[in-house]
Amino acid sequence: MHKLMASAYKEFLLLIRDIGGIAILFVMPLVLIVTITLIQDSTFKTVTDAKIPILVVNNDNGDVSETILSGLEESNAFEVNIKETEDLAKDLVFKGKFQLAIIIPENLSSGLEQKVAQNVDGIIEKFGLEEEVDSLPKVTIESKEVKLYFDPATQMTFKSSVKNGIDKMVAEIETKSIYKAFQEQISDDPTEVIFETENFITFKEILPKEDNKEIIPNSVQHNVPAWTLFAIFFIIVPLSINIVKEKSQGTFVRLRTNPVSYATVLGGKTLIYLVVCLIQFVLMLLIGVYLFPAIGLPTLDISGRLPLLFVVAIFAGLAAIGLGLLLGTIAKTQEQSAPFGATFVVILAALGGVWVPVFIMPKFMQTLSNISPMNWGLNAFYDVFLRHGSFLDILPEISLLFLFFIATTLIAIVYNEKKNTV
Amino acid sequence: MINIERISKKYKGAENFSVSNLDLFITEKEIFGLLGPNGAGKTTLISILCSLIKPTSGSFSIDGLTYQKNKNQLKQLIGIVPQEYALYPSLTAFENLKYFGSMYGLKGKNLDDKINNTLDHLGLAAFAHKKIDTFSGGMKRRVNLIASILHDPKVLFLDEPTVGVDVQSKNVIIEFLKQLNNNGTTIIYTSHHLNEAETFCTRVAIIDHGKLVIKGEPKELIQNSEGSHNLEDVFISLTGKALRDHA
Repeated sequence: MHKLMASAYKEFLLLIRDIGGIAILFVMPLVLIVTITLIQDSTFKTVTDAKIPILVVNNDNGDVSETILSGLEESNAFEVNIKETEDLAKDLVFKGKFQLAIIIPENLSSGLEQKVAQNVDGIIEKFGLEEEVDSLPKVTIESKEVKLYFDPATQMTFKSSVKNGIDKMVAEIETKSIYKAFQEQISDDPTEVIFETENFITFKEILPKEDNKEIIPNSVQHNVPAWTLFAIFFIIVPLSINIVKEKSQGTFVRLRTNPVSYATVLGGKTLIYLVVCLIQFVLMLLIGVYLFPAIGLPTLDISGRLPLLFVVAIFAGLAAIGLGLLLGTIAKTQEQSAPFGATFVVILAALGGVWVPVFIMPKFMQTLSNISPMNWGLNAFYDVFLRHGSFLDILPEISLLFLFFIATTLIAIVYNEKKNTV
Repeated sequence: MINIERISKKYKGAENFSVSNLDLFITEKEIFGLLGPNGAGKTTLISILCSLIKPTSGSFSIDGLTYQKNKNQLKQLIGIVPQEYALYPSLTAFENLKYFGSMYGLKGKNLDDKINNTLDHLGLAAFAHKKIDTFSGGMKRRVNLIASILHDPKVLFLDEPTVGVDVQSKNVIIEFLKQLNNNGTTIIYTSHHLNEAETFCTRVAIIDHGKLVIKGEPKELIQNSEGSHNLEDVFISLTGKALRDHA
């Protein structure tokens, strides 16, 4: 125990003597979490301050195009800029000046009106309600096409949401036009309400409740656990560098001649780096609780969850440390350990669902995700933060994290023994 | 004390043996010098005796103990002063020594007193609480030495302990080692400073190409080597003048 404590104290001294390293360890994760949350916050908000500038070429100038334009304005998502010609709009979008151009075709309003009237007339005629049978031949009305130009650099998710939005808007306009046409055919009084134009089928999201209050997840509740975990796992980099440095400094050679086990040396590192992980975690929570509301972001709600959150943080920290110990033991140089460690954390984060939810990943990646410690940690955090789970709920995940720590540390010890056996 | 029997070491991918069928017996309280040109196998032999590398064949024991059977006992028995400064640059001399002392199970006031006394003895008391990365080469060498003797080892291995230091530091180190030897510590050291070895060692062994060339008391070796006036003459006559550059 004395040797373990002496090793831990040495690690503590090494850490506090490296002010730049400490700053990076504690400040960078905070910068990361603030930046990511600020960026991602808009995707969780129904109303966002940041409007995307788009172009609209209105060749119709009728009711339908007016409805589309007001729909775009009311969405609060776009800043609409009117352009005169399609070529000009296309050029600006393809040069990346704008994300999107919407080209409303000529005679869209009149065409739609004619098409709807024709259809309604046909139906009325079938029912024998038409007073005077129109003997004129049925005119073929060509369907109209709203063109969308996207900047080639635009992401697919943005494209899909814009297409869906416009599709929904056009469908609503068509439905309303049909109702209007029927109204005009059936009644002479334009104020008489025959049809309810409101949607009959609506949907309602049922949220989990705590003390009869709905728990509404926000960007902070999602981001803090995900990016805290990401930061915790980044401990792999400084920890592996620390071990590689000992080898290159010659101190590791001295330790190998001392009557101290490699497990004790690693134990000292584990204790101190676990404290580092927990300090990082506390700082992240403080940021979420105090800084986020001050800069207009939602507050991180940790009420009643602190003990469980610490349990998850401890086990996630141990898993990350185990990986760092293994990497540091195997790597021969800092040039090997640092880039590998950093890249590996990013891969683990991607696999773990930090960026893209696991359920939308391909089947193979979903399977792979199950063996990512970051996935176990993230699920445990979500269990506590968003699902209000108990200790039993997180027990499977923290057990896996602990087993991962034990496995990686044992491999590191065995590898070291094998390599240095006399 | 140290019984080396037919020790050989061939590194992975190497064409030749670094140490080849080497037999040696070092008695208690000796100051034994392992001499040889670059690449002769001195450091390899010391590394084997300190359990840092595994011999390809052969065996050895120190005070009747072997690493296979008495690893921790043996580690407690020996001290090693490596060629490079095996110290943490951002820690002070005292912090480094306290840590390495702790690894031998030393603690409390006894350890603190031992550190302070030894630092004082080697002229470093005023620098005890200065970081190692501010030290000169000679100062680092002295701290490197202290880190290896805090637990009073019975056998001390030194791999070129005076390389790159000024005359003053060298004298302090040599005097200190003599004192340790007077107190009962067996010393095995490697060096390229043959004048130093001639006066310091009770016995020396010259090895070349991993093989033992000659061993004996320095005076005896000089007397028996025709035309040699000192150990360097003996050394040159046995190992030649050709450069021993290797990569």
